[in-house]
Amino acid sequence: MKILVCITHVPDTTSKISFTDNKFNSSGIQYIIGPYDEYALARAVELKEAGKASSVTVLNVGEADTEPTIRKALAIGADDAIRVNANPRDAWYVASQIAAIATAEKYDIILMGRESIDFNGGLVHGMVAELLGLPSVSPIMKLELDGTKASVAREIEGGKEYLELETPFVAGCQEPIAEWKIPNMRGIMSARTKPLKVVEPVNVEEGISFVSFELPPAKGACKMVDATTPEKLLELLKNEAKVL
Amino acid sequence: MSVLIVVESVDGEIKKSSIEAVSYGALLAAKLQVTPVAIAIGVQDQAALQALGKAGASKVLAVASELLKQPQVLPYASAIALAATQEKASVVVLPKSTFSDTLASRLASKLKAGAVTGVTELPDTSAGFKVKKSIYTGKAFTHVEVKSAIKILTVAKNAVQPKEDGGAPAIEAFNPSIPESDFKTKITKTEKASGDLLLTEADIVVSGGRGLKGPEHWGIVLDLAKELGAATGCSKPVSDMDWRPHHEHVGQTGVKVSPNLYIAIGISGAIQHLAGVNSSKCIVVINKDPEAPFFKAADYGIVGDAFEVVPKLIAAAKNYM
Ligand SMILES: Cc1cc2nc3c(=O)[nH]c(=O)nc-3n(C[C@H](O)[C@H](O)[C@H](O)COP(=O)(O)OP(=O)(O)OC[C@H]3O[C@@H](n4cnc5c(N)ncnc54)[C@H](O)[C@@H]3O)c2cc1C
Ligand SMILES: Nc1ncnc2c1ncn2[C@@H]1O[C@H](COP(=O)(O)O)[C@@H](O)[C@H]1O
Repeated sequence: MKILVCITHVPDTTSKISFTDNKFNSSGIQYIIGPYDEYALARAVELKEAGKASSVTVLNVGEADTEPTIRKALAIGADDAIRVNANPRDAWYVASQIAAIATAEKYDIILMGRESIDFNGGLVHGMVAELLGLPSVSPIMKLELDGTKASVAREIEGGKEYLELETPFVAGCQEPIAEWKIPNMRGIMSARTKPLKVVEPVNVEEGISFVSFELPPAKGACKMVDATTPEKLLELLKNEAKVL
Repeated sequence: MSVLIVVESVDGEIKKSSIEAVSYGALLAAKLQVTPVAIAIGVQDQAALQALGKAGASKVLAVASELLKQPQVLPYASAIALAATQEKASVVVLPKSTFSDTLASRLASKLKAGAVTGVTELPDTSAGFKVKKSIYTGKAFTHVEVKSAIKILTVAKNAVQPKEDGGAPAIEAFNPSIPESDFKTKITKTEKASGDLLLTEADIVVSGGRGLKGPEHWGIVLDLAKELGAATGCSKPVSDMDWRPHHEHVGQTGVKVSPNLYIAIGISGAIQHLAGVNSSKCIVVINKDPEAPFFKAADYGIVGDAFEVVPKLIAAAKNYM
């Protein structure tokens, strides 16, 4: 049972976002593994530790600066890593790269995050699955394996749906699918020598392009209402903000 | 040529977000001078299908198949792809939801279409086809040019004002033939908090945080929500500690909401929480700490103890609403 986990290299969730000359301003930005991707990875490692999976490979489509993030994934417990040496232009581009890797090397389960926290597409898993002719489920918050049979719980609006499917398949993950894993010293040491293969991208036609970026308009000052007169708040919400 | 609009339903009832998607698709079709066609899977009720006309669809493809009663990604994607081909769709519009985003991604692969999820405005078609979408979980926006012949969009809440002045649509039965292999995934059980207002669709959301001290104090959140006709949400630690169900957790790693009114009680306003609420029209914060960061993101604030302020607010709402 081979698992592939696709990870993004994204700004830390506390980052202040800004753009200079229509480009993302990365100065002072800390990069992390996408939080949903990290849950996917943690579940893959748990399955391996439980003897239900034989190997966990991480994959990132990104340029050389993503390697510290990939090493962190190796420290968390992946066995080896692949980096497709390219700027991850858009979801279709990334999906085509992942599908090319997964066609050459068969994986039983391909796990991803429910969405990337930079472009919030939520698209790559479905695209990869369609390209490979596999089922896809997202967002899942539980994944159990019994041989080649998987049972998953998927979040639906206002509830949960339980599904059964056979490997191979693709899934987008979210918490609480696994315990958050903090790499230990041994993990960090061994990550340095685990294999990280760099492959060149396949050619993909451009479907969409990001033309420009902007920040949301600044908020005005917060209007304070005295704690003893909450009815005043309702009046403001009704007559001033017009939201009641 | 057409704009094909995908209608989501729950137990045969059309979701509000789909009415918005139909309105969006109709306005877009008018812009492109093509026909707005809706596809409704698993909706039997004639009045519900007629309502799609009011929202702007001039034709409705009604899929009645028993096999497709419950939303399932693979067969739905196949059915919609067939409809897109039959109707010569240049754009496929879907409501934004976890289900529709996955549908959109599979459709994009099937139709070789560029896809953009969560668009917040009608496209700019003056030169090419450009749409606006929020990125970095609400912290920024981008304008995306879609260059493919077929385009796929999922529409964020409040992207357009819902239309209500459309006429009676032509309702046609549509019976796509779906490959057997699309039914490999078996739904074994669904759990739904029945009767609850959907968090993602609610116009008003009342959320509670760790400041409420424990699940036994949630009564005031629920009561306020009830008075205002609101859905309830919570911060991440609250769902982590199982005070509230996971699907109520709002924020970067939870549900993103964009109601007209978001009321946060005893929530500090960490950046990851704000990421899930920053597209709300109006934000009210109730917190005993005047320095709580949430006030910086709020339109209205009350500094005070939730256990005193909220019951008074409930009483006021009873008189006021
Ligand atoms: C990768 C990552 C992702 C995350 N994703 C999310 C997410 O999606 N959603 C999310 O919510 N968090 C998320 N978090 C957690 C986030 O950083 C905060 O820890 C969390 O939002 C804090 O929750 P809280 O405001 O309920 O609790 P606290 O920060 O403990 O705040 C409680 C507040 O209640 C106030 N208070 C206390 N008593 C009273 C009273 N009697 N009356 C009125 N006010 C009172 C206090 O002044 C305080 O401001 C994430 C964190 C990380 C690292
Ligand atoms: N550049 C990338 N490299 C590897 N995996 C990616 C990349 N971009 C997206 N993914 C995966 O696809 C998921 C969904 O991403 P998106 O469709 O961009 O929201 C992410 O959570 C990742 O698991």
